[in-house]
Amino acid sequence: MAVLIAVSTLFSCKPKNAGNAISGDAAAKAYVAPGKYDQFYNFVSGGFSGQVSVYGLPSGRLLRVIPVFSVDPEKGYGYSEETKPMLNTSHGIIPWDDSHHTELSQTNGETDGRWCFINGNNTPRVARIDLTTFRTQEIIELPNSGGNHSSPFITENTEYVVAGTRFSVPMDDSNGDVPINTYKKNFKGTLSFISVDKTDGKMDIAFQIQCPGVNFDLSHAGKGKSHGWFFFSCYNTEQANTLLEVNASQRDKDFIMAVNWKKAEEYLKAGKGRKQSVKYAHNTYSDITHSATSEIKTEVIVLDSKELQDICYFIPCPKSPHGCDVDPTGEYIVGSGKLAALIPVFSFDKLQAAIAAKDFAGDFEGIPVVKYESALYGEVKKPGLGPLHTEFDGKGNAYTSFFVSSEVVKWNIKDLKVLDRASTFYSVGHLCIPGGDSKKPDAKYLIAYNKITKDRFLPTGPELAQSAQIYDISGDKMQMILDFPTIGEPHYAQGIAAEKVKNNSVKIFKIEDNKNPYVSKGEGTTKVEREGNKVHVYATAIRSHFAPDNIEGVRIGDEVYFHVTNLEQDWDVPHGFAVKGAANAELLIMPGETQTLKWIPTKVGIYPMYCTDFCSALHQEMQGYIRVSPAGSNVPLTFSVGKNQPAAEEAAK
Amino acid sequence: MKKIISLCTVFAMIAILSACGGSDQNKQNENASDATVAETATANGNPSYDPNRGEGKFTTVEVGEKLDVALAADGKKAFDIKCSSCHKLTEEKLVGPGWKDVTKRRQAPWIMNFITNTDEMLNKDPAAQAQLEICLVRMPNQSLSDADARALLEFMRENDGVK
Repeated sequence: MAVLIAVSTLFSCKPKNAGNAISGDAAAKAYVAPGKYDQFYNFVSGGFSGQVSVYGLPSGRLLRVIPVFSVDPEKGYGYSEETKPMLNTSHGIIPWDDSHHTELSQTNGETDGRWCFINGNNTPRVARIDLTTFRTQEIIELPNSGGNHSSPFITENTEYVVAGTRFSVPMDDSNGDVPINTYKKNFKGTLSFISVDKTDGKMDIAFQIQCPGVNFDLSHAGKGKSHGWFFFSCYNTEQANTLLEVNASQRDKDFIMAVNWKKAEEYLKAGKGRKQSVKYAHNTYSDITHSATSEIKTEVIVLDSKELQDICYFIPCPKSPHGCDVDPTGEYIVGSGKLAALIPVFSFDKLQAAIAAKDFAGDFEGIPVVKYESALYGEVKKPGLGPLHTEFDGKGNAYTSFFVSSEVVKWNIKDLKVLDRASTFYSVGHLCIPGGDSKKPDAKYLIAYNKITKDRFLPTGPELAQSAQIYDISGDKMQMILDFPTIGEPHYAQGIAAEKVKNNSVKIFKIEDNKNPYVSKGEGTTKVEREGNKVHVYATAIRSHFAPDNIEGVRIGDEVYFHVTNLEQDWDVPHGFAVKGAANAELLIMPGETQTLKWIPTKVGIYPMYCTDFCSALHQEMQGYIRVSPAGSNVPLTFSVGKNQPAAEEAAK
Repeated sequence: MKKIISLCTVFAMIAILSACGGSDQNKQNENASDATVAETATANGNPSYDPNRGEGKFTTVEVGEKLDVALAADGKKAFDIKCSSCHKLTEEKLVGPGWKDVTKRRQAPWIMNFITNTDEMLNKDPAAQAQLEICLVRMPNQSLSDADARALLEFMRENDGVK
């Protein structure tokens, strides 16, 4: 296929077969003129970068990388004293994670542009990004979990964000020092339901459901008629603990687990949960104090899916299901078996009838297994190889990605007929249609996120970028209009109409509202204070100088804290702050904000500091000096701006 | 009119040289069509640019014979946080010009328009542009409220000897 396209672009201006190649108007469709805005924001998971990237659609222009689970020296994230607590966990501060799925908050089943959630897979966490500041505002760790993969999918009014463990592990309050081959006996899977405050978005683990030890892979909430239910795909129902490639691929069918979370809420209310002693971090960032706090929490309530009837049901699903997607009406649940050559579509109504009639094929570790046929609406026959994920256009169609056959297939949900197929380059994983997992898709574009790019871009050595490809899906046929490289490895992504987000964007932080304990509100309040071996510099930055910009009396053995307040009150005027030899990053301080850089000088001498973010015509003048004297020196602590002080030694006399 | 147009062009060049972030440059792009905007305004019968008033929401400002001491004190607070980094209360230029006698050089509406509508004034006002040529740092928009602006004016009056 690639060769075909290469040939056709080489030898003809207008490819004859529009189905296989880029058609003539593709460039115009993806073109957004300089100075013009894109129609959509695209929030893309950063994969093993641990971050979230934000692109404009349809241009594919990278607008921002939001640091979430990984440090970002460029922004001082994880380096400034104020942001360090964001990366705290029960294992201490962790500078990295692997982020897989973005999910936008919803109201009445529609994206509302308030928050973007993202999961941390490795050390299980969920983060919430505030879409007024495009910053990570909260991170909550998950106890009883290993590999938070089926997350952070949400219910239609953002009542809950879920987190299902990919790796089952022994519960945190049990003895974890057990032989690995006691998986079946000792390992459990948990599903966490994290409540989200309607007003401020604050997250809290409302309850966890303890399940049999399997791998929970992906999930989606019911909506409309199926609101109140959640669906999780499970694999490794073989309960293997080694060579899963073979040992977890034995059964013809694994499961989709249907979870009645309204029922779980009833049990919770009735006090049926077990209070379990655990440890997990809950970190929040305040835009008033401009700092993060980390709290270690010690309790979680666990509901047992085996003891408490009617919460969980298994639906057999062929061949290690991955994607678990619910259509906009809430009636159809699409399972995608990674190794399957068909797509099963389940019916919520049929599932309910089967549960009511106890039409079960048996049970798995005490949880009823509904008969496959009793829950099945139908199968899409021979759609392609290796179905992974499905998004919806709200017009009765579904779009499924096929990893093995590198294509996107459009099919009709009602009659299960394949309508169109388009190649991806190559090995597509997730798909995104703006609002494509909500009740109201905004289906103008579909974006495919590819794992392999090989010959698509100029070679850059052994490591190549992953990519996204945009298809115009406004017509009957999908038309590829652009591909662009991405940061990290993009997994799931979400899109949203720009109007829902852009007008709420914060431009500055009001200096009057700044409640950072180390703020300097005006140059007159700047100072340098010593507390034992700690030197606190209360500094301000404004175009184009720092105050103070000459500091003497710092000694070897001191810890210096630069608390820099940006006094600017205009949009797009951050100041940077860096000091020579700091085993740290820079600060990047937004207007009205205070950030703190810790510096431990190790050598006597004069240390320059300067603004790193080009701020004005006199940016290169925005600099200063710090004098570091030997330990025990009697050079007095002095600071100034705008005048050459008499030599400190003189002043001391 | 012509003079304003040519000033705009000259200014656009200066501004691009001294501009800091993308937003400033955007403003410049918008400004390229200012000539048309101004022309339309004249055609509509609005007064053309009044260099004594400047550009902004303030047309008249009620100023008392005597100083409003409380208001001037509020102005001092705003000055300390938002202005003192760049302006001295004497005639000495720091980043921007010293404030001494500013209320004698400029009319009250001009001052209030300049400190609340800085970007547009820097793009349009000949006196502001002349000052920029000296200082070469565009005065930042410090997001002053109308009340802040009025209080600052009172503080400037106090600084200029009004009792």
